[in-house]
Amino acid sequence: MVLKVSEIPEEEMMLSGTRLCSGCGLQLAYRWALKALGPKTIVTNPASCSTVCGGVGGYTPLKVPVFYCCFETVAANAAGAAAALKAKGQDKDIVVLAWAGDGGTYDIGFQGLSGASERGDNFIFACVNNQAYMNTGIQRSGATPYGAKTTTTPILGKQQMNKNMLKIMEAHGLSYIAQTSTSHPRDIYEKFQKAREFNGKGVRYIEILGTCPPGWGFPTDKSIELARLAVQTGYWPLLERIEGKLVISSPSKRYMDKTKRKDIREFLKGQSRFRHLKEADFKIWEDYIDGMWEGIRLELEKQGDL
Amino acid sequence: MVRTKQDDAFEKNVARTILASMQTPAVGEAGNTGEWRTMRPILHNDLCIVVKSGKPTCHLCWMYCPEITVSREIPPVFNYTYCKGCGICATECPTKAIEMVPEKEAPSCEGNEGGEF
Repeated sequence: MVLKVSEIPEEEMMLSGTRLCSGCGLQLAYRWALKALGPKTIVTNPASCSTVCGGVGGYTPLKVPVFYCCFETVAANAAGAAAALKAKGQDKDIVVLAWAGDGGTYDIGFQGLSGASERGDNFIFACVNNQAYMNTGIQRSGATPYGAKTTTTPILGKQQMNKNMLKIMEAHGLSYIAQTSTSHPRDIYEKFQKAREFNGKGVRYIEILGTCPPGWGFPTDKSIELARLAVQTGYWPLLERIEGKLVISSPSKRYMDKTKRKDIREFLKGQSRFRHLKEADFKIWEDYIDGMWEGIRLELEKQGDL
Repeated sequence: MVRTKQDDAFEKNVARTILASMQTPAVGEAGNTGEWRTMRPILHNDLCIVVKSGKPTCHLCWMYCPEITVSREIPPVFNYTYCKGCGICATECPTKAIEMVPEKEAPSCEGNEGGEF
C-alpha cells in the first residue's frame, strides 16, 4: 500500500542547515526515520556522520534528545535508556532509537548489538549502511561490497563480498527485521512505524542503504537515482522479516523475476569506486545477486508464499 | 552508605556540567548553508503537477529533499538560505519542472558578480 502525501505528517524532527554534505543519503534517512517515530524519541548515536549532523557547538538541527556515545556502546546505551524508561513506566509512549552507521553495526558496534539482541532489550536499532567508514575518510568496513575502492583498499578494491548482516540478525531471532533504501522514503516511514508497533518485543533491526556522493564517487544529484538502481538491479531487496517470516516489500516484488531486474553494470558504472571493475568482477556481482534471490525464492517456497 | 556534603556537591556539579553541555535545536546550525550552492533550483509552474492539478498529489521534491528546503505548499517554495543545491529535486521531478541554473545566472543574483572574497 502506498501512503498518500496528505497522510504523512508535515512536522519535521530535523531542521534545515545541517553540517552534512549536499545530496547526503543519510540525512534523508534520518529525516524520515525521525518523522516516523515522532517527537517522543530518544536517540543514541555512536561516532558517525550523524554525529556531525548533530552539530558541534551549542546548537543542533535535531529536535529530539540525542545521546552521543562511544563506537562500541551504541546498543548498550540504548538498552540502558530503554531500561530506565521501563523503570519509570514510560516505555509505552517513548521509543528508543539506536542510530548507527555500518561501522557501528557490522564491525565495532556488533558485540553490543548482539548482546542487546540476546537480552531482548526494547529498542529500535537502525543501521545506515553507506558501505565504508565515510566520516573518517572512506576506509574499508565489513559492509563494503566486492570490488569497491576505498582509501584502505586503493588499488584492487575490496576482494571480499560484504557481511550478510540480515542473516546474522535473523539468527538472533529478532521480532522485526527490515531492509529499506533512501530511494523509497515512504517505505522507510512505514517500516519505522511498524518497528514501533513491535514495542516490548526486543530489538527491532532496520537497515537502510544510504548513498554517499564523496565516498561512492558520483554527482550529488544522482544520490536517489543510484539508491533506486540498487533496488532495481536486485542488489538491495526491500524486505521485512516479521516474527521470522520473510515478506518482500511491494517495490521489490517484481525483481523476483530475473528478466525484470536491471543490469548491475548500470549501478556499478555510475560510481567511481567501481570504475576499475572488469567483466569477471561483474560476473561475481551477478552471481551474488542471483544467489541471494535464489535463497529468497527457496525460503518463500518453504513458507508457502510463492 | 552515608551521604555526605561532598556527595551532594559532586552530584550538583555533574548535573550542572550536563546541563551546560546541552544543545538547543536551531535552524542553520552550520550557518547559511545556501552559500555552498553552485547551482540554483528554479521551479517552472507551468510544468509542475501540483500547480497544474491544484491538489497535494506529487510533492516528490519535498519528499526527496535531504535538507528540508522545499515546502509542501502549492506551489512548492524553495528556501534558498539553506538549499545546498544538490539537484536531487531536479533529477527526481517526473515532469522536469525544476531546472538547475548556475548560481551566477539566476535572476535574483544579477547584481552579484561573485569571485570577491
